[in-house]
Amino acid sequence: MLFYKLWRSFVKEVLLLKRDIGGIVIIFVMPLLLIVTITLIQDSTFKNLEGSKIPIIFIDNDKSEVSKNIKQELENSKTFQLLTNYNEKSAQEAVFGGDYQMAIVIPKNLTKDINSNIDSKVQTIVSSFGLEENPDKTQLKAIKAKDIHLYFDPATNIGFKNNVMNAVNKMVFEIENKKIYKAFQDQLGTTENLEENKNLISFKEITPKKEGMDVMPNSVQHNVPAWALFAIFFIVVPLSINLVKEKSQGTSVRVRVGPTPYYVHILGKTFTYLIICVIQFLLMVAVGVYLFPYMDLPKFDITGKMLPMLVVTIFAGLAAIGFGVLLGTMAKTQEQSAPFGATSVVVLAAVGGIWVPVFLMPEFMQNIAKFSPMNWGLNAYYDIILRNGGIGSIAKELFFLFMFYIAMIVISLFYERKQNAV
Amino acid sequence: MENIIEIKNLYKKYKNAEEFSVNDISLNIDKNEIYGILGPNGAGKTTLISMLSGLIKPTSGSFTINGLSPQKNSIKFRQNIGVVPQEYALYPTLTAKENLMYFGSLYGLSHKKLKNTIDGSLEIMGLSKFANKTIEQFSGGMKRRCNLIAGTLHNPKVLFLDEPTVGVDVQSKKAIIDYLLDLNKKGTCIIYTSHHLSEAEEFCTKIAIIDHGKIHAVGTPEELVNKVADAANLEDVFISLTGKELRDVVL
Repeated sequence: MLFYKLWRSFVKEVLLLKRDIGGIVIIFVMPLLLIVTITLIQDSTFKNLEGSKIPIIFIDNDKSEVSKNIKQELENSKTFQLLTNYNEKSAQEAVFGGDYQMAIVIPKNLTKDINSNIDSKVQTIVSSFGLEENPDKTQLKAIKAKDIHLYFDPATNIGFKNNVMNAVNKMVFEIENKKIYKAFQDQLGTTENLEENKNLISFKEITPKKEGMDVMPNSVQHNVPAWALFAIFFIVVPLSINLVKEKSQGTSVRVRVGPTPYYVHILGKTFTYLIICVIQFLLMVAVGVYLFPYMDLPKFDITGKMLPMLVVTIFAGLAAIGFGVLLGTMAKTQEQSAPFGATSVVVLAAVGGIWVPVFLMPEFMQNIAKFSPMNWGLNAYYDIILRNGGIGSIAKELFFLFMFYIAMIVISLFYERKQNAV
Repeated sequence: MENIIEIKNLYKKYKNAEEFSVNDISLNIDKNEIYGILGPNGAGKTTLISMLSGLIKPTSGSFTINGLSPQKNSIKFRQNIGVVPQEYALYPTLTAKENLMYFGSLYGLSHKKLKNTIDGSLEIMGLSKFANKTIEQFSGGMKRRCNLIAGTLHNPKVLFLDEPTVGVDVQSKKAIIDYLLDLNKKGTCIIYTSHHLSEAEEFCTKIAIIDHGKIHAVGTPEELVNKVADAANLEDVFISLTGKELRDVVL
C-alpha cells in the first residue's frame, strides 16, 4: 500500500509540474540556456574564434625595430585588432571612456635607447674580461628606463588585464634577449647563433591518462558538471514553492489529518524531484555531447563515466531536495521561499566553486567552501571526469551529500511536528 | 445511545493570547448524531473542530473518537475521521478526479475501490461530466461539492465540516445537505459549524451554542427554542445567549 501511496504522490507531482509552464522553464529550459551561454562565453575568452578579435589602440612613437616587433607579435596572436589612428591623449580618453579595453603606447626612441643600453652593458662586461682594447670608452652610461604605457578600461576584467600585461612583458623580455645575444655576437665577433640556445628550460604539462590517451580538461568538461549541479540545486525554488502552495491552498491540511505519515508525503516528493534531477543532468550531458560540437565547442567526453556521474547526480539531487523540503516547510509564503531559495542557491554555487574555482578564493572562503554541498558534488564530478576516479574515490563526497539530505529532512520533520503537534 | 466522541475538560489557549479560545469544554456526542456547533465569530468553533480533528494540540484536557486518542492511536484515529475544511483544499490545476484519486490514496484505499467510490460520489454530487475538468474551472458550488467528496472517500466514522455551505447557491447547498444526510444514515456522525442558523435548525439533530470558548446551551433545536422564553426560532435563542454586540475578530 505504501508503494501505491508513493505512486499516487508521484503522479500528482508530475501532473502539477506538467501544468506549470513557469516551473518547467525554471527546471529544464533555464539551465540549458545558462550552460550554452556560459560555455560559449568562457570558451571564446581563451580561444581565437574568427571575427572575435578584441579591438585595442596601438600607438607607435618609436617607429623602429622594437615597436615593429611588438606590433608584429600582437598581430600574430590573432586575439587583437590593432587601431592606430590615435595619439596618446585621444587613446587615453577613448579607453577611460569605455570605448576600448586597452591602449598600448610605445615611447619615442625605444629601440635606440634599448640598443645603447645593451651595447653599453655588454661592452662593460666584455672589457672586464680584458677583451676590450680601450676600456675607458666602455664606462656605463646611465640611461633612464623607458616606460611602455598601458591604459585599461577601469571595467576590464582583472584576469584579462594580467594576461595582457604578462604577454607584453614577455614580448619585451624576448626582444631584449635577442638584442643582448646580438650585442655579444658583435662584440665577440662570433658567427655562432647564440639565440638558438635561449630556451634552456621549458614546461611540459603531464595530464591524467586514460587508455594511453591524455585527458585534457576544457571549458566543456568544467561547465557541464558545474551547471548541471547548479540546475539540480535550483529545484529548491519550485520544490519549496510547491510545499508553500500546499499550505496556502489548504491541501496540506488534508495530508495532516490523513493517516499517511508526513514522511511518506516527503518521500513522494523526493522520488519525483530525484527523477527530475536525473532528467536535468541527462539533458545537460546531451547538450555537451550533441549540441556543443555544432557550436565549435569541444565535445563532452562521457566514455565510461556515465554510471558514476549518475550516482553523483542522484546524491546531489537528494541534497538539493532536502534543502528544498526544509525551506518549503519553514517558509510561510511564496514571497519568502522563492527569493530566499534562489539567492541561497546562488550563494551556495559561488561558495561551492561553480562561478570561481575554490583555489582562487581567499583562505577563509576556501574553508567555508568545504561545507557547501555543491562543492562536494562538484569535486565528485571532477574526480570522475578530470581525474578518472571511480565510485570508491568519491565515496566521501557521496556520504556528505547523503548526510546533508538526511539532516535536512530530519530537521523538516521535526519542525513540522513541532508546528503541528497534536 | 453510544457515544462516538467523548470530550473531557478541553482547553486551548494560543501563544500570546490573553483568553482561552476553548475553555473547559466537556461533551459526549452520539454516533448517529448530526451535531451543530454554533457561535459568533471568534467563539472557538474552528479551534474546537481543529483539536478534535487532530490539527492542533489542546492546552489541556482530553478526548477520544470511537475510543481512539490522537496521541496514542494516531493512524487508527485518523482512519476514523474525515475533515472538510472551510477553504477548498484542492489542487486548482488538477482535475476533480486527479484530486480525489490522490486524496483517497492517502487513506489506503485500493485503486479499484477508490475509482468506484469516486465515480459514485461524483455522480451523486452531479459532477460526473466535469470529472476531468480542472478545479480552477469549477464554480464555487462545484468546488464545495468536490471538497466534500475528498473528505468522505474513506467512509469516516466522524466527519468534521467547517461551514460547508458558505458561498454556494441554493442548488449546491441542497446537494451538499442531501449528501450529508445520506452519509449520516449510513452511520457517519457529522460535526458541523455554520453561521446559517436556519440551515442548522433544519439539518442538525443536536446543537451546542458556544461563545468565549464555553458551551452555553446544548440540545435538539426544539429543546433550545423551548428553553428560551419568547424565542420563536434558533436565531432568537442564539441572540439571547450570545448578545447583540458585534464580534469583529482580529486573528
